[in-house]
Amino acid sequence: MSEQTREKVLEMRDLSITFSTTAGPVNAIRGVDLDLYHGETLAIVGESGSGKSVTAKTIMGILDKNSTVNSGTILFWYTRSDGTKVEVDLARLGKKEFRQHINGKRIAMVFQDPMTSLDPTMPIGKQIMEGMIWHYNTPKGEARKRAVALLDEVGIPEPAKRMRQYPHQLSGGMRQRVVIAIALACDPELLICDEPTTALDVTIQAKILELIQHIQKERGISIIYITLDLGVVAKVADYVDVMYAGKIVEKGTIDEIFFDPRHPYTWGLLSAMPDLDTSDDRLYTIPGSPPNLLHPVLGDAFAPRNIYALRIDERAEPPMFRVSDTHYAATWLLDSRAPKVEMPSELKARIERMKKEGL
Amino acid sequence: MAEAIQKTPLLEVRGLKQYFYVNRNFTVRAVDGVDFVIYPGETYGLVGESGSGKSTIGRSLIRLYEPTAGRILFDGMDISGRMSKGVQKRLRTEMQMIFQDPMACLNPRKKVEDIIALGLDIHHIGGSRQQRRETVKSMLDKVGLAPEHANRYPHQFSGGQRQRVGIARALVMNPKLIIADECISALDVSIQAQVVNLMKDLQQETGTAYLFIAHDLSMVKYLSDRIGVLHLGHMVETGTRNEIFENPVHPYTKSLLSAIPHPNPRTEKKRVAQGYDCVAEGVDYNAGAQRHLGGTHYVLATEEELAKWTGC
Repeated sequence: MSEQTREKVLEMRDLSITFSTTAGPVNAIRGVDLDLYHGETLAIVGESGSGKSVTAKTIMGILDKNSTVNSGTILFWYTRSDGTKVEVDLARLGKKEFRQHINGKRIAMVFQDPMTSLDPTMPIGKQIMEGMIWHYNTPKGEARKRAVALLDEVGIPEPAKRMRQYPHQLSGGMRQRVVIAIALACDPELLICDEPTTALDVTIQAKILELIQHIQKERGISIIYITLDLGVVAKVADYVDVMYAGKIVEKGTIDEIFFDPRHPYTWGLLSAMPDLDTSDDRLYTIPGSPPNLLHPVLGDAFAPRNIYALRIDERAEPPMFRVSDTHYAATWLLDSRAPKVEMPSELKARIERMKKEGL
Repeated sequence: MAEAIQKTPLLEVRGLKQYFYVNRNFTVRAVDGVDFVIYPGETYGLVGESGSGKSTIGRSLIRLYEPTAGRILFDGMDISGRMSKGVQKRLRTEMQMIFQDPMACLNPRKKVEDIIALGLDIHHIGGSRQQRRETVKSMLDKVGLAPEHANRYPHQFSGGQRQRVGIARALVMNPKLIIADECISALDVSIQAQVVNLMKDLQQETGTAYLFIAHDLSMVKYLSDRIGVLHLGHMVETGTRNEIFENPVHPYTKSLLSAIPHPNPRTEKKRVAQGYDCVAEGVDYNAGAQRHLGGTHYVLATEEELAKWTGC
């Protein structure tokens, strides 16, 4: 896709979110910028607690009640059924407008655990039809027809018979397919997949990922993937945002992140991947654990776990340094005054090997 | 590896069957005739999709279920039928288990110290109060927790720390075999690596054998000496780690291996995972027999199937 035809779907600027807890305010998101273009896939990668799920929930308008949006805008563009272009700021939108115009209709979400995201007391057919009837006043007969077609599209055999079945009668993979069918029911512009395959077996995981890829190709929708499995990222993503402690520390195209990573945290993540081709005795782990965001972060949040940390990391937070037009990283190592630090040699060897494999 | 084969096996499982009678007309054959051996100090990886019976095997071995048929020899004792008091006592101390969900398997109302020492208390081997405390402290130290953690409750820990408590509880009995039932699947990828490294270190230190049950083949590869691939209650392929990963023969093993996402965007984008459907391919596990492929590599197949799979 060339630069000119790329159409922005979502633009998040300087989003900051605080949760008030009994232990005090937790600043879970500390200024996140994010861009998504039409028909592309963005993967948000990070450990648990890095704020990737909170980011997704903000876009969906389903944040918990104890949260406050301190600052930031989330601009979202969509086309109404009569063809007019609409721009909304999701961060300012009221709950009612969210439910009426956005949730399920323009932005749909696939959750991690298909057992808890489906209603156990409702046949799956009814659950797929629900959104269409609610948002578009689709007549019941037509909604049923479309639901059967959707089940067929997501690869469920004998869709007409499955319509009457309940979630507990289906296997985990089938359930996740149903969740995807529900998400697609209203033709959304944006699909958010929050770890769609972590609860599933590897064999089923591969099939679900291929299904989502196929649907994206057919319908041309934009997808945000939230995951910590870099294997999944490699398979589906066009762009990758690496998140740490409520901030995006590195963003770039998939090739830039995998073959030319600049942030020490990304180095750590890539080194920690279990790789079937290496026969090291030990798995690499990033030392320490993520910071507790109850306490305000001084300087670079990753500095205590970073063996390449500079003295300035303790005092000032690094800005996003530009590597290329699409590639940015927030680490002082990229500053012109910083000492020259190379990525670990094991990782370098691994990237060289990966590059060769692709040829 | 070579010297391990000459040793006598620590655990020997022959023809293990575990059926669950649902009603008069319907029996679930969760495990249908499985043979394998585990040598002292090695790690045996058991892989398969959900519903293949891998957790059932683990639970039958430690006698949480009554095996329907088959013989289980553990350290020379028969533990498959009725056990004498002495055999039972040895089984309960020398075989331990680590469970999948570290929150669900720790009693939320007990302090970590009491959770870890529970086995010692039950078997009256904890010694004096002072000795018991010392044992718990050294255990916590071994699994990478601080001594002051002993007075905390499970909810005060993160997922990875809880799993460390689970490991400490298993290790405190000085077991010869630990059954780790999907013990890392509920954890974050970065924490998984920490726990796997810890388990490896502890094995070198204590010489415990592991039965590592998982569906994540990439982690199994790091930890296991030998691997058994399980499908629908049948062991379809067994062999050393290298035999399974470098020369998979059974189509199910191949599909499992191809399903692992490679963290390489250049190859992964275009790759399509191989599917496997034993009904569509007409593979009948009951008709097949274990065929020897060389070394310790066996596959469950009939003559024609073997020719087909190895031919192409």
